[in-house]
Amino acid sequence: MATSVKIRLQSPPADTFPEEVQLIAGARQSLSGLEIRRYSRQLLLPSFGVEAQQKLAKASVLVVGAGGLGSPVLLYLSASGVGCLGIMDPDSVELHNLHRQVIHSEASVGELKVKSAAATCLAINSSLQVILLCDDDIAAQVREYAFALEAANALEVISDYDIVVDASDNVATWYLISDACIVANKPLVSGAALGMDGQLTVYNHAQGPCYRCLFPIPPSQSACQHCANAGEETHSVQLAETTHKLTEKTLPEFDYEAFTSSPLCDAPPPGQQIVGEDQSITCRGYKEVREAHEAHLLLDMQEHHEYTIAALPSSLNIPFSLLPLQQDAIVAAAEVTTSHGIKSLQVYVICRRGNDSQAAVNELRSFGLSAYDITGGFQSWVQDVDPNFPFF
Amino acid sequence: MQLTLEFGGGLELLFGSKKKHQVDVSPSNGHIELTVEALLVWIRDNLLKERPEMFMKDKSVRPGVLVLINDSDWELCGRLEGVLEDKDTVTFISTLHGG
Repeated sequence: MATSVKIRLQSPPADTFPEEVQLIAGARQSLSGLEIRRYSRQLLLPSFGVEAQQKLAKASVLVVGAGGLGSPVLLYLSASGVGCLGIMDPDSVELHNLHRQVIHSEASVGELKVKSAAATCLAINSSLQVILLCDDDIAAQVREYAFALEAANALEVISDYDIVVDASDNVATWYLISDACIVANKPLVSGAALGMDGQLTVYNHAQGPCYRCLFPIPPSQSACQHCANAGEETHSVQLAETTHKLTEKTLPEFDYEAFTSSPLCDAPPPGQQIVGEDQSITCRGYKEVREAHEAHLLLDMQEHHEYTIAALPSSLNIPFSLLPLQQDAIVAAAEVTTSHGIKSLQVYVICRRGNDSQAAVNELRSFGLSAYDITGGFQSWVQDVDPNFPFF
Repeated sequence: MQLTLEFGGGLELLFGSKKKHQVDVSPSNGHIELTVEALLVWIRDNLLKERPEMFMKDKSVRPGVLVLINDSDWELCGRLEGVLEDKDTVTFISTLHGG
């Protein structure tokens, strides 16, 4: 018989609670019942709890880039109850974004990414828009910036936020955001991804270093797959030294594109014409060669895995990087035996955008072949000949 | 000296798309110890398949490459002068810029 056990149903006076219980009892006043239900599973985490939820609700976060990295960041911040989100991205949603930029949907293809991302964030958590959670009078809201961060606007934009997330896609913006966070004294959470690799770094936090501290010299253009110019290097080193002294006044004037020798966006570099017209053929011209059934050799410079995605029939795939090793195979493939003896066919060279193919033409000519560049590659082929070719 | 070399962040493309290499490297003639500087030269001459300028600049790695020795930043291990030991792992990571 358990008659000796008495259960007291009435709560003891507050001051008899242990300290941590008092904290929750006190905190309840500033989290609504709805919020407690909504965020209960993370409130229950001892390492998170009410205090962190309140900090989150008061926090404002600027996310630069609403792409592959920005998507999960924005989704999780919205869902977890952050008070104020800034979203910045100049781009519009494209079909090939959807497989990884999961904040956007089919219906938003063609729309500005900030619009699409903001709509998803608000659909997940309407309190982002309507509840005043920030004690410095910033209304909780999703703000949109449909433009790229630039030296001229960076400090003004960043100054409104507590934390900055760099989810951008280019070197110039990385330096700009890092510098601006130092000048404005904001912690910076920086992410990057390429293929199956990812990196996450927190800069300017707890006396930690900034991006420029770790990488005073930007990677060369060639390392970023743009064209190199040896003369730029010293220039960059000098700039690196001066840039650590950037201030509110000088940062807006700093030329990040010159410093990193790369644009403040991730667009492919503009095409360069390095072979002459006498060594080139337009896509329309090459289409006629095919239709006339002229004997020739078509070399496709794509990497092998690209070639398996889309290619023209009756072509020989020699990835550009392997070209020097394949000299004998190419020369043999171009040879035909006629009544007058062995003759070498004309060789047409195609690649995705018409850059590698030009370099290849120079190399093939050094092998003694009559090589011609198909100007503009598959990109032009889609525009000028076959809009249904699956250019990716 | 048995070393494990790891290449990431796209650098593996310069090494036949292979990320992890088990190698046997000896100090060059007249040296007792193998420094990181000597290892870089060995990698360039023995392992690198293409575009050396994407891996090295002058005597060091090109700007934008993180070097870790047994998972510690090489800045803490003497950079180029750091001395390697048998069974060490040296990791080279190209900083990524994809968004």
